[in-house]
Amino acid sequence: MEKLLDIRDLHVSFTTFGGEVQAVRGVNLELYRGETLAIVGESGCGKSVTANSIMRLIPSPPGKIKEGAILFKGVDMTQLPDKEVRKIRGVDISMIFQDPMTALNPTLTIGDQLTEGLRQHRSISKREANDQAVDMLNLVGIPNPVERLKQYPHEFSGGMRQRIVIAMALICEPELLIADEPTTALDVTIQAQILQLFQKIQKQTRVSIILITHDLGVVAKIADRIAVMYAGKVIETGTRKEIFYTPQHPYTRGLLQSVPRLDQKGEKLIPIDGTPPDLFSPPAGCPFTARCPMAMEVCSKIYPFHSELSQTHEVNCWLQDERAKKFMASTF
Amino acid sequence: MAKYILKRFLYMVVTVFIIATLTFFLMNLLPGSPFNEERTTNEAVQRNLEAHYHLDEPLIVQYVLYLKSIVTMDFGPSIKQPTETVNSLLSRGFPISAELGVWTVLTALISGVALGVFAALKHNGVIDYIAMTIAVLGISIPNFVLATLLIQQLAVNLGILPAATWSSPQHMILPIVALATGPMAIIARLTRSSMLETLTQDYIKTARAKGLSPFKVIVKHALKNALMPVVTILGTLLAGILTGTFVIEKIFAIPGMGKYFVEGINQRDYPVIMGTTVFYSAFLVFMLFLVDIAYGILDPRIKLHKEGGS
Repeated sequence: MEKLLDIRDLHVSFTTFGGEVQAVRGVNLELYRGETLAIVGESGCGKSVTANSIMRLIPSPPGKIKEGAILFKGVDMTQLPDKEVRKIRGVDISMIFQDPMTALNPTLTIGDQLTEGLRQHRSISKREANDQAVDMLNLVGIPNPVERLKQYPHEFSGGMRQRIVIAMALICEPELLIADEPTTALDVTIQAQILQLFQKIQKQTRVSIILITHDLGVVAKIADRIAVMYAGKVIETGTRKEIFYTPQHPYTRGLLQSVPRLDQKGEKLIPIDGTPPDLFSPPAGCPFTARCPMAMEVCSKIYPFHSELSQTHEVNCWLQDERAKKFMASTF
Repeated sequence: MAKYILKRFLYMVVTVFIIATLTFFLMNLLPGSPFNEERTTNEAVQRNLEAHYHLDEPLIVQYVLYLKSIVTMDFGPSIKQPTETVNSLLSRGFPISAELGVWTVLTALISGVALGVFAALKHNGVIDYIAMTIAVLGISIPNFVLATLLIQQLAVNLGILPAATWSSPQHMILPIVALATGPMAIIARLTRSSMLETLTQDYIKTARAKGLSPFKVIVKHALKNALMPVVTILGTLLAGILTGTFVIEKIFAIPGMGKYFVEGINQRDYPVIMGTTVFYSAFLVFMLFLVDIAYGILDPRIKLHKEGGS
């Protein structure tokens, strides 16, 4: 399979009055053509910052990509001049943001907002752009698209607005779609519809999707591969099956245990105690040590090594060490 | 829409009526009369004059006569300048005052918005600090102080610009600057803070994610939203500029309406006071109405017609 995106050792920091927040601390991620990669993790773990970095949408200052490379089709996005980045934004890579209620400009018509990207990047007439916008609204399932183009965002419901945002992102036929918590602000029935829409679109357009979410239900439904992030690092990656059935990192296990399941009636949910570490001065060892039920002394001192359990399943945890495995086997 | 305009029009009539009534009775509370002068007039002459202008009638009759003059839009002759009617004073003074007002509003709006936008874009930078220093000075210095300072420095000491009157474009610069600086400063500060807030909105990120140029993101997506609060206070600013014209016209000896208004009060020239007041208030109320309509056009979420058809 062809690699579309390759993030190598990405570091992103924000300068604040209190000091430097190291939001992303050496992220490695790969994305292949046509697949859906889910990035999961709790609030503040750096998932959105990673996603925004891909499109160079980190507000700078205070944000800064300090180290690393983001190779999109072999070109390093971090090194491109702004003008070149703008040619990629909306054309090759598109983004969908969390809250459809605020992602659309309240003073411009839907038609204007849908077509302005097209007209910026392709030299086409207003009529052609409008025709394409109508096609796009049909694709995302908005009835009466011709009349709807003349309306303003406040005349649409939340679910409809998210469909418009998706149509807007797809109108230039991008190869990569980054969706930053696209269903978080929607109610459950609408969530399911939007997820179905993603699947339908992917089937039709073969677009690769990076889905950022903290909702494991969403992930179970549409992700091919999953990357679990914690405190600015990717701690475990694997296929959907590997992550859901054989999670290796205690944090991944904790995440899965904190989700209610239909087949385990009456059982209590197990939350992960404590809070993530302060990213002003991140710990030297594994950042999860303080909350980890299986922490060992080495965990707090040295960051765990990288181990590959299969071609797709990778994890950073000291429990993968032979000595730890032997010890666990002898005691439990 | 038509229903809304009709409703607003009725409100406007009521407002002007209340202003006119208050002005009439306040004016009559003022001690003195148009014929109170240092030289004493013959008592019979005095009585004849008062009878001519209906000043000997009971107050309520005078009030009714005065309301009639508003409805017929004919305020009669001036008492102090018997060769002039109030209407002729207004039609002579208004174009000049309007010219001063329009230029002032345009200057304040354009420079204020530009200053505010640049300050917001270079947030916490040198341009921001300079712009905001200008803005604070502009708000703190009253226009009559600024006017005299400008005359002293630019007209008297340096001799670059004419000191007074209203006869050529050069003559217009100082009065317009003096009058526009205050509103400009208010607009600049408001635009800056509103722009800073708008730039953090999600739809700005969406616009950037589409690959639009920074210019398009700022002008098309941010500025239109950031100007809402500016439009809101435009009504108040217009009122300020309008009252400012009285002072500025007096300082620069501009033969506008303000001059007749001030002179009318000084000389107890009742028809002139009443005529100019009614004219000014009707004009201001109408401007506020236009601002409301503009608000509805800028922001599609504001429905001017709440119930009924569109």
